[in-house]
Amino acid sequence: MLELVTISTLNGVLYGMLLFLMASGLTLIFSMMGVLNFAHASFYMLGAFFGFQISQYIGFWPALVIAPLLVGGIGALIERYGLRYVHRHGPVAELLFTFGLAFVIVEIVQMVWGKGPVDYRVPQSLDFSAFTVFSTNYPAYKMFELLTAVAIFAVLFAVLTRTRVGLIIQASLTHPHMVAMLGHNVPRVFMLVFGVGTGLAAVAGVIAGPALVTQSNMAAALGPILFVVVVVGGLGSLAGAFVASLLIGLIQTFAVSINLSVADVLGRLGVAPPTPGGVLADVWTVTVAQLAPIIPYLLLVLILIFRPVGLMGTREH
Amino acid sequence: MTAPAIALADVHKNFGATKIIRGVSLDVPVGERHAIIGPNGAGKSTLFNLMSGRLTPSSGTVRLDGEDITGLPPHEINRRGLCRSFQVTNIFPRLSVWENVRCAVLWSLGYRYAFWRGIDSLADARERTETILKAIDLIDRRRVQAGVLAYAEQRALEIGITIAGGAKIILLDEPSAGMSAAEAARAVALIRKVSEGRTLIMIEHDMDVVFDLADRISVLVYGEIIASDVPAKIKQDAAVQTAYLGAAA
Amino acid sequence: MSDAASDIAKLPARGALYPAGVPAAVRLAGPWIALALLFLLLPLVFASGSALTMLSLMGIMIVFALSYNMLLGETGLLSFGHAVYYGLGGFLTVHAMNAVIRDGLPVPLPLLPLVGAAGGLLFGIIFGSVSTRRAGTAFAMISLGLGELVASSSLILRGFFGGEEGVSTNRTKLLHLFGLNFGPQIQVYYLIAAWCLVCMAAMYALRRTPFGRMCNAVRENAERAQFVGYNPQVVRFIAFSLAGLFAGVAGALAAINFELVNSAAVGAEQSGLVLLAAYIGGIGNFAGPVIGAIIVTWLEVMLSDVTEVWQLYFGLLFIGMVMFAPQGIAGLIMVHEPLWQARAYGSMLWLAVTYLIALLPALVCLAGAIVVIEMTYHISVKASDGPAISLFHLTLDTTSVKSWLAAAVLLGGGFVLFRLTWPLVGAAWHDAFVEARGAGRAK
Repeated sequence: MLELVTISTLNGVLYGMLLFLMASGLTLIFSMMGVLNFAHASFYMLGAFFGFQISQYIGFWPALVIAPLLVGGIGALIERYGLRYVHRHGPVAELLFTFGLAFVIVEIVQMVWGKGPVDYRVPQSLDFSAFTVFSTNYPAYKMFELLTAVAIFAVLFAVLTRTRVGLIIQASLTHPHMVAMLGHNVPRVFMLVFGVGTGLAAVAGVIAGPALVTQSNMAAALGPILFVVVVVGGLGSLAGAFVASLLIGLIQTFAVSINLSVADVLGRLGVAPPTPGGVLADVWTVTVAQLAPIIPYLLLVLILIFRPVGLMGTREH
Repeated sequence: MTAPAIALADVHKNFGATKIIRGVSLDVPVGERHAIIGPNGAGKSTLFNLMSGRLTPSSGTVRLDGEDITGLPPHEINRRGLCRSFQVTNIFPRLSVWENVRCAVLWSLGYRYAFWRGIDSLADARERTETILKAIDLIDRRRVQAGVLAYAEQRALEIGITIAGGAKIILLDEPSAGMSAAEAARAVALIRKVSEGRTLIMIEHDMDVVFDLADRISVLVYGEIIASDVPAKIKQDAAVQTAYLGAAA
Repeated sequence: MSDAASDIAKLPARGALYPAGVPAAVRLAGPWIALALLFLLLPLVFASGSALTMLSLMGIMIVFALSYNMLLGETGLLSFGHAVYYGLGGFLTVHAMNAVIRDGLPVPLPLLPLVGAAGGLLFGIIFGSVSTRRAGTAFAMISLGLGELVASSSLILRGFFGGEEGVSTNRTKLLHLFGLNFGPQIQVYYLIAAWCLVCMAAMYALRRTPFGRMCNAVRENAERAQFVGYNPQVVRFIAFSLAGLFAGVAGALAAINFELVNSAAVGAEQSGLVLLAAYIGGIGNFAGPVIGAIIVTWLEVMLSDVTEVWQLYFGLLFIGMVMFAPQGIAGLIMVHEPLWQARAYGSMLWLAVTYLIALLPALVCLAGAIVVIEMTYHISVKASDGPAISLFHLTLDTTSVKSWLAAAVLLGGGFVLFRLTWPLVGAAWHDAFVEARGAGRAK
């Protein structure tokens, strides 16, 4: 039991870190530019595929560096020539632009790599067991993922709070016009933030690809959860995104391993089972593990009912 | 003794650690034309926001006709008879002038969220809209999209939308801002006409407009009212002169 | 700009299409009678089975897209999960149909869309009470989340959603009235057309109510709407519920048409499709979603026969419209309305000519892009089929440099020539507006 809890906690934190790697970029882009990048999960997917392709030619470690740079570069170009152009048509058009972009990226990935999974494997150097928790071997690759994510956050935090560029970015988040009038090139800052944000998503893709399945439906699977994270955390709040990422990561991971069903709980309380074959019968036999994929959405509905601005949200966007 | 139209009792408003409104108490009797003046940043628009429900006081109460409305949302306060205009024109840009005003009369005529009645057959809505448009002199422009109107016309429309619902208490936030002398004079005539028999509170910087219209003036400086009296006395008040009008007025 | 705008504002108002003296009732009912006649007579022109099927699909999509525009175009609510109400309406309808068949109830098929309506309304109210607490971007994300919630539930609630195969039914087994068993597609077409007409008229009428006007007001300036006494949340909630009602009708019609509903009907792709249809058609106009529904249905059916990457073309079309024509096709047409009102026919004709001149290089550029896309697809995924593909009735060798070079020339050259035609179109517009303004002043 304790073993299950430990492993699930480790996995849950890891999943949460990956989610935050993406949610942080998404939140930065949203806070700065007011547009929620619907295609954010698609950049995650691009990172995985680019990582796969590059590691086929020159190995995993160079891919870890090159793939995010490539994807971030593509992101910056899209901001410069696409998003910035659409800005004049208003916020709905911006969101729809990123929506169309998400769609097109998936189609292009399917066109180039096909619809099935690709053989993106954990590199040999990390393919061993890091330590043994009770009786389960915990793979070193997962520790690597965790450490990489933490390292990136540390670097980001340092850059944002201690460098000049970081201060300019922080200022542009709330007062872009003032920053522009002080002589800084705010559009270039926007491009940088978009590129870095999408690059972060790509890093998540590069390191998660080998552990999860790298396939053209990756973006569609993770995308909605990502948006739930930012809404639950509070649109525009980095701290909220962090808390929500960990929360959802942990809850989903724990839920998958719980086989308790509605029947177990209500049955123990003496409630009689419904007649088989109807809608209620399905609900009766459903287990927590089966509910795991929809738990983030249930959380979304709960937050909406009890705290519509999100856990740490403040203003109405 | 009837309750004042609007009464603020020791209202404070803080944004985090910053105190914007520091204990304002104000009673405006029914039917009075009251002006609030003060330097920039004094908190005048914030005070309007507190009265109209756009913001909630950190402490203190706001009473409308004796009823406590502190913390109510704007549409509830509006339904109780208070309406306001905005410093930055706040209209429905892509609707026509006619539609702008008609939307403003619907609730007060009791139509609420009716989706089962054709709006073109509502004679009272049509008549009321026509009356308002004639009053603000925009009847000839009724088909124009509000967003393409000239600035002064938009300000007139702003006032029209504000009073269309027939509210008893009218708040006008810098109604003559950005207008030439002639346009401001027309605006004053309009305001005098539409506030007949109602309570009017306005924020203004144009002293001519203020002394022309107001029965009483309150001076707001750094979130506090330093003087509240008839115009003649305010002109002579030393504290007001130093704080606002300049030393030798 | 304001000078031209104010002059154009003095142009004769809408309604000048009819000569004075035409009674209001005729003016109101005229277009609808004409539409009904059109629906009635269409099968005489498009009589084949596949054409009737296409028309039926268009009818369904028109209702669906119009219901979507109640949210986006009228109230400013961008939803990524509208298919939920379409699909749930469909599921409730098939279950109702099966229940009617099983119990032998005297309910004829034409009444079944009422079940879809009720279902769409019910779920619109339930989910709307939660969704409409936020607006803007948050609302969009919430609609996405709710859509995923329902779509994922389809795997759990197998009794209702029928698992992977979905739920099927037989529309010919309900009570037959006037000898109609609704087996042949033509009978289904008329059923759909009748419901489509009724729904169109209802949704059009809704705009001309106090509620409908306030939806527009909330879209334009929700804060101002508060300060004239309306609670924007209530307005949005009602709009959401009613939009769900009509989406449910569309879902019911689809259930009747296909005799099958599966979890794809509530899925993200279906939600995306209706968004696409409404937006491409134009969300600022009642006719926009109708146009969009017709075009998207036609493209969906035609393109998928011609190329395997038709979804990519859809996506590129959508992005193109968002970037360059966000007002949609209806909006692009309406831009010419002031010219029409001012009767500037001469310049309009010249304008049309310049459009044609610009169209030619644009088509060349498009051809080049298509060649690139199809060749890329072939090389990446279908290389095992050999190097040759057939495109535009030509055989192209995807491995030869010549083919790629030719494609690049078409693409690049076409684009350059297209850009060269822009000043021509711009000048034609300038002349057109001058003529229109002159006509306005003469009045």
